[in-house]
Amino acid sequence: MKQNSSETLAISVKNLTKKFKEFVAVDNISFNVQQGEIFAFLGPNGAGKTTTIKMLTTLLHPTIGTLHVNNFDPIHQQEDARKSFGIVFQDPSLDDELTAYENMEFHAVLYHIPKKLRAERIQYLLNFVGLWDRKKDFVKTFSGGMKRRLEIARGLVHHPKILFLDEPTLGLDPQTRNHHWTYIKELNKNEKMTIFLTTHYMEEAQKIADKVAIIDHGKLLTQGSVKELLHNTQTKTLEEAFLKLTGNSIREEHSSAKERMRTANKIWGRK
Amino acid sequence: MNGLGIMWLRQIKKYWRSRSRMIGSLGQPLLFLIALGFGFAPIYQKAGGGNYMQFLAPGVIAMSILFTAMFAGIEVIWDRQFGFLKETLVAPVSRTEIMLGRTLGGATVATLQGIVVFFLCLFFGFRPASIIHLFFAFIFMFLIATLFTALGTAVASQMEDMQAFPIIMNFLIMPLFFLSGALFPLEGLPTIIYYLTRLNPLSYGVDGLRGTLTGLTSFGLFSDLLILTTITLLITFIGAYSFSKIEI
Ligand SMILES: Nc1ncnc2c1ncn2[C@@H]1O[C@H](COP(=O)(O)OP(=O)(O)OP(=O)(O)O)[C@@H](O)[C@H]1O
Ligand SMILES: [Mg+2]
Repeated sequence: MKQNSSETLAISVKNLTKKFKEFVAVDNISFNVQQGEIFAFLGPNGAGKTTTIKMLTTLLHPTIGTLHVNNFDPIHQQEDARKSFGIVFQDPSLDDELTAYENMEFHAVLYHIPKKLRAERIQYLLNFVGLWDRKKDFVKTFSGGMKRRLEIARGLVHHPKILFLDEPTLGLDPQTRNHHWTYIKELNKNEKMTIFLTTHYMEEAQKIADKVAIIDHGKLLTQGSVKELLHNTQTKTLEEAFLKLTGNSIREEHSSAKERMRTANKIWGRK
Repeated sequence: MNGLGIMWLRQIKKYWRSRSRMIGSLGQPLLFLIALGFGFAPIYQKAGGGNYMQFLAPGVIAMSILFTAMFAGIEVIWDRQFGFLKETLVAPVSRTEIMLGRTLGGATVATLQGIVVFFLCLFFGFRPASIIHLFFAFIFMFLIATLFTALGTAVASQMEDMQAFPIIMNFLIMPLFFLSGALFPLEGLPTIIYYLTRLNPLSYGVDGLRGTLTGLTSFGLFSDLLILTTITLLITFIGAYSFSKIEI
């Protein structure tokens, strides 16, 4: 008997490949994410994490492979797929010339949240990320961390079935990070929300994730529970296992000037 | 409110908040009205054309609509660069709806800009022939605005960054403007220019605007309206298609 019937799969990916011209960013990967799972998709810089997320979230077309998100095909059933997930992007995606509240409201309208519920949720979430007092301020006056917090709050407005978090805690202070993961965990428990996340903070991934997959140079190296992974690699922490699998060299070979600029901007919270 | 409405509202809010930008963009029509309006007036009059300001004003209004609309369309590139585009592209709203909202928002802003320039023209001595026809002039303004916002969107959807902006400016916006009859009458032109002006959709916009504002038209108001509406629908369709194919 097969246990993983497709009914309970939140995400399924089969033989997925993405090429940018000659360069293979994602190389024939396959994995499944069960409903209600917290799935950490880990890998060094340039491994292909964001590219995979973009394909799952209808922003990029795969070169080869089949995908399902909540049983919808993100290539041919775009709108159904989009309704079923929320996403916090790795790169900034706020409108700087709108206020914090307007950014939230904009999102709520796009996701068809009824008017009554809108105000309530926005207030709750802005309070949650500590930005309620700044709700009328233009986003361009925010610090990098504040912008990040606002994006996280925004991604939660519509209570999606699957939440994609691409390095959600990048640039946040430890207080906010802790707070943030606690909230994610709660959402996952109470709302049965499936969480697909990437992060470079291995301790955090180890604490929160049910399942882990590690990707490097576009290839999937391993997947399974943290326990299995530690057992298989004979290591004590996820970080050790990660380094053992992916090596110690820095991934620079493919990063273009543009990419480096982006990374630098991310680090300094600029746009 | 739906996706289309919120996209529209966003454009309007931004326009309203950047009033200084709006006033700044009045510089160009102002320059045209002063330099050309007063500079060419004597020659035009001598050549038997009559009052050049009357002729020029609809052209300058069309110009400011063209520029504002194209820039509004091209904002897609900014939104892509600053990342906001992603937010709208993954939302469960059809890309057609997003594109139409953007386009209508840009078109509304460009029409408003056209109306502001209309008042500026009044200040320089321009007088519309009939108040009743003014209503139809607004329709032409809105059609021109929609057409070129959609065109800007179609072009911008194919682009990664602002590098192509000078190309758009010099090989699209400027020729559209100079070969539209905004500055000179479309009669008695050399063959090549004749055909270029007839192929230029803005020619029908300018002609329609001039017809409704001053009673002077080359093609007839009905043809203007018909051709302009058809092209506007076509370009909007192309723009929506182009926008729907964006990958990030
Ligand atoms: N649009 C593109 N055109 C060409 N190459 C691209 C494009 N997008 C990504 N790449 C390349 O694909 C590879 C994977 O990039 P991706 O953004 O998926 O990495 P990542 O795992 O998210 O890394 P990071 O941890 O740094 O965010 C990189 O080498 C990157 O340079
Ligand atoms: Mg990434």
